[in-house]
Amino acid sequence: MQKITREQLLDRAVALLSDGTVNSVLGWQKGEFDYDVTPHIFKSADELKEGFVWNDFCYANFSKYLVLKTDRIEGKLLVFLKPCDTYSFNQLLTEHRFDREKVYAIGVGCEGMVDVNKLKAAVDGISSIEATEEGLKVTTIYDDEPTVVAIENVLLERCVNCKSKKHVAYDELMGEEGEIIDSARFDEVAALEAMTADERFAFWQNELSKCIRCNACRDACPACTCENCVFNNPNSGVETKAPVTSFEEQMFHIIRAYHVAGRCTDCGECSRVCPQNIPLHLLNRKFIKDINECYGDYQAGEEVGMRAPLVDYTLEDLEPGEVLNRRGEDA
Amino acid sequence: MQVKEYKPLIVAFCCNWCSYAGADLAGNNRLNYPADVKIIRVPCSCRVNPMFILRAFQRGADGVILCGCHPGDCHYTSGNYYTRRRMAMLFSMLDYLGIERERTRVEWVSAAEGAKFAATMNEFVEAVSALGENKRLEDLRCKR
Repeated sequence: MQKITREQLLDRAVALLSDGTVNSVLGWQKGEFDYDVTPHIFKSADELKEGFVWNDFCYANFSKYLVLKTDRIEGKLLVFLKPCDTYSFNQLLTEHRFDREKVYAIGVGCEGMVDVNKLKAAVDGISSIEATEEGLKVTTIYDDEPTVVAIENVLLERCVNCKSKKHVAYDELMGEEGEIIDSARFDEVAALEAMTADERFAFWQNELSKCIRCNACRDACPACTCENCVFNNPNSGVETKAPVTSFEEQMFHIIRAYHVAGRCTDCGECSRVCPQNIPLHLLNRKFIKDINECYGDYQAGEEVGMRAPLVDYTLEDLEPGEVLNRRGEDA
Repeated sequence: MQVKEYKPLIVAFCCNWCSYAGADLAGNNRLNYPADVKIIRVPCSCRVNPMFILRAFQRGADGVILCGCHPGDCHYTSGNYYTRRRMAMLFSMLDYLGIERERTRVEWVSAAEGAKFAATMNEFVEAVSALGENKRLEDLRCKR
């Protein structure tokens, strides 16, 4: 359950709208079910009062929406940012992808968001969800008695390994100032690294062959903001689904992760939106881990104007061979 | 039936200002290196997009080697420093996906090092031949 209430956010948004500070509000709107909360631009207080929600299903990272929306909207846009979203916000500012002057950012404290797939796996036939102190009270179409699901069991992967509760950018903060967390987010990568090459190949072929090339990971990623993507070229032969045994899917995912290497804030949107549940964050985290180990700790988006490690160098960098064999020949 | 002897296909990206001249020097000095190495001339080692390397593998290369100027000697001052970081990250990722480490390499070869060029290529071809055909990275649609 979130500590900040919907009413707190709503009141503030309505106040900012009515005093003319902002012209529109980028917030979360209730979908058909309680768990499909979608981003929406609210233009008026009435619209906000009717549709605005803030609950455990507000997982969307709004930073990327700013890239297009600030170009198209008159006046200022109010945006709500969770701690992890603020890193993407800073990173996009560093890359001059949107106009800071046109955005009024409210930092919202976050207690972790729910993975709908995990919840659906735990409870079948969800009709409504209510957040309580004990957990999520889920009513199903099969049962009159609601099932209580502990939120710890259904958190998104990125929230289980939350890297920071601290907002690194905002105009106004609602809730308490959080801390950067020393999370275990690289453990899974380390476990993969400890496998043999054959095991790793089998693991990734199994995972990546599920890919249907819907490009959702690319579209949701706040670091992927090229207007013309290399994978949009219909003549390249790489824009469509390939046979599972071929290198095509691996290539797409290597390049996708590579293009955001050093700029990826590890917001976890790619894995969340993947309809096939491919653990894409493991590719991004591999790059982050390598960069941390070889070129010093780096968290993209921590500050505006930081130089990304892959567009930088030192004279004493490790050779590619040394990087590969830094844990020994076979490791 | 005749069994075709396995010949690896090696793609070598060579910097125009050093390794490409190094290859020339190896030729002038009548140094042997395998004909399996296909050289692609690039203006600087940092011209090589990671996609080039993956594409080479996809189209049937068994090994890809990237040769550039020694760090500090780049014709454009700093290109090879960027290459060093980029390729370190790319190769590490390929390794993470279970691709054999020996299939990729970065070597710094200057224009004066014809002998080093020939020796590097001999060694690389031998290492890739020992691994055999590249099965993990190929794309059957690209097979002729």
